[in-house]
Amino acid sequence: MFLELFFQYLVAGLTYGTIYAIVGIGFNIIYNTTGIINFAQGEFVMLGGMTAVSLHAFLPLPLAVAGAVIITMIIGGLIEMTFIRWLVKPSVLRMIIITIGISILVREAALHFWGEGVRSLPYFTGNEVSAIAVGGVRISPQVLWALGVAAVIVACLNLFFKYTMLGREMRACASNRDAAALCGIPVRNMVTLSFVVSAGIGALAGCVVSPITQTQYGIGTGLAIKGFTVAILGGLGNSMAAVAAGFILGILESFSIWVMPTAYKDAISITILLAMLFVRPSGLFGSREIARLKEF
Amino acid sequence: MPGARAKQIAALFAAVAAVQLLTAMTGKAFYLTQLTMTAYYTLVIMGLCMLMGYAGQLSLGHAGFFAIGGYTSAFLTTVDLTAGKSGPVISLLAKLSVLTSRPDLYGGQVLTVQPWAAFVVALAITVVIAFAIGVPVLKLKGHYLAMATLGFGTIISSILLGTQRFGAADGISGVPAFTLLPGVVVTGGSSHRVMNYYIAWGLVTGGMLLLMNLIHSRVGRALRSIHGAEDAAGAMGVDTARYKLNTFVLSAVFAAVGGAFLTHYNGGIGPSEASIMKSVRYVAIVAVGGMANLWGVLLMSAALNFLSLRGYFGTFDDAVFGGILILIMLFSPEGILGADLRGMVKRALGKNA
Repeated sequence: MFLELFFQYLVAGLTYGTIYAIVGIGFNIIYNTTGIINFAQGEFVMLGGMTAVSLHAFLPLPLAVAGAVIITMIIGGLIEMTFIRWLVKPSVLRMIIITIGISILVREAALHFWGEGVRSLPYFTGNEVSAIAVGGVRISPQVLWALGVAAVIVACLNLFFKYTMLGREMRACASNRDAAALCGIPVRNMVTLSFVVSAGIGALAGCVVSPITQTQYGIGTGLAIKGFTVAILGGLGNSMAAVAAGFILGILESFSIWVMPTAYKDAISITILLAMLFVRPSGLFGSREIARLKEF
Repeated sequence: MPGARAKQIAALFAAVAAVQLLTAMTGKAFYLTQLTMTAYYTLVIMGLCMLMGYAGQLSLGHAGFFAIGGYTSAFLTTVDLTAGKSGPVISLLAKLSVLTSRPDLYGGQVLTVQPWAAFVVALAITVVIAFAIGVPVLKLKGHYLAMATLGFGTIISSILLGTQRFGAADGISGVPAFTLLPGVVVTGGSSHRVMNYYIAWGLVTGGMLLLMNLIHSRVGRALRSIHGAEDAAGAMGVDTARYKLNTFVLSAVFAAVGGAFLTHYNGGIGPSEASIMKSVRYVAIVAVGGMANLWGVLLMSAALNFLSLRGYFGTFDDAVFGGILILIMLFSPEGILGADLRGMVKRALGKNA
């Protein structure tokens, strides 16, 4: 019984960990090309889930998800082009405040468009009660979907950044913007692209976990804080470490229910975030020397 | 120039009085209720203006301090200690008249902490928390500072929402009136409306005087040097960490005073006061007022809070503040009053021509 419960908590932790990891990766992609922390990152997850639910009213599920991802990518690109692209060397404070403003506007727009209701996509395979028994533990197939999609996203991003020209150009912008521009890389387009990519993966994650965690207009802020915790925990800019950190946070949160009231669950991630910022801002896996050279 | 400052403060007081007379003459005395609430929110915003504008440190958690002030006052003045009356601590406190016996809403007698004592405790707790948070947080910069303060605000908000003793989602109601001096009472009744309007704006005026003197002193110059170039200020012998910390604590106290008074005025407080949206709203108003511009911030706070409290923004309340944030930061980071409007028009025309 104890072991069974243990594994149930573990699986729940992994599910939430997936989405935290993907929001964390989204932060990293944009941070790497621009040096900006996009406080509206969680809103992409919300937009993805909500749009997919709306599209599913008249489209089959796979098309609805694909449509939602594309629409969110377009929105991500438009946000960058409207609010960020034309700013000349904005200060960090200015960028923080602008992205916070964007997140509020997106959330309020979602509130007016979709209302306060909690929505969710249907389960991709089976339904709420269907479960696959793995070694005595019953796992919802949707959890496997979430883990699988996260794995595919991570693998694709890895290939994209390592082997495609576009991915390499984005990495060049990350390591040295001016040098990249001198080499003829259109730096501004790369920034837009980073918003498009991170909006896309956020939206996809939002769709996959929507049947389990449900979607509401206001989920973005909480996800942004947790995604940021994950990004810091793994070391800002390090996408692969963010995955590990995401699972760590998800599992910690899940097991915290054992010892604390559920209402305090959110306090866990923030406590970890604050502790990391104070003690080791370079992240669990990052090096202090590199962190010192980065601009926050 | 001290003379100029005295004139400005006098002008503020005259404006406050003029608004009151205007509402009395036009029969809109009920506006004073929202104006009183506006004043208490303005206190938070003035403190944040010192922190953001003059010390250059962003805080996305000031609603947390507002809530700490308000909730401490509300909790202490409503929690019934009658059951522990025979205990040594409570009977001693009752003898020192820290506790007071009063009738509750249902006609029974309750033994609660006296509002003045609760207020002092609220400020003490705020100072302790602000120091404890401020020491590590203010070592951070940029994104990290923003996220750490956001995290602080979120923790306060989720603790308040998750704790039954603080009323969870309902908050605390039935908070008694706060008798400042005999005859001077912070309470919401319409018979006390004019007095409370003057109490609230009197506090703002006093706060303004304090902050203006601070800005024009050695402290103010030190703060401006930190904002301009922290490393250089440090090299010139300015104890940057201490100045930042003191300003942080001062701004937290301003927020807590606003929170405690508004709670007594409204007779209660809810967890929405601690929400991130409230913190962001305070930041938005400081930004639109021009960051390092106390008068601009005061003016914007009075206007925007009043409009918001009167419900002029309708269901777009939060969106309005989000929009303001973006527009100001995109087009005029120096605030709306410092906006180079002519330059902007010229540039826009020049681009098209």
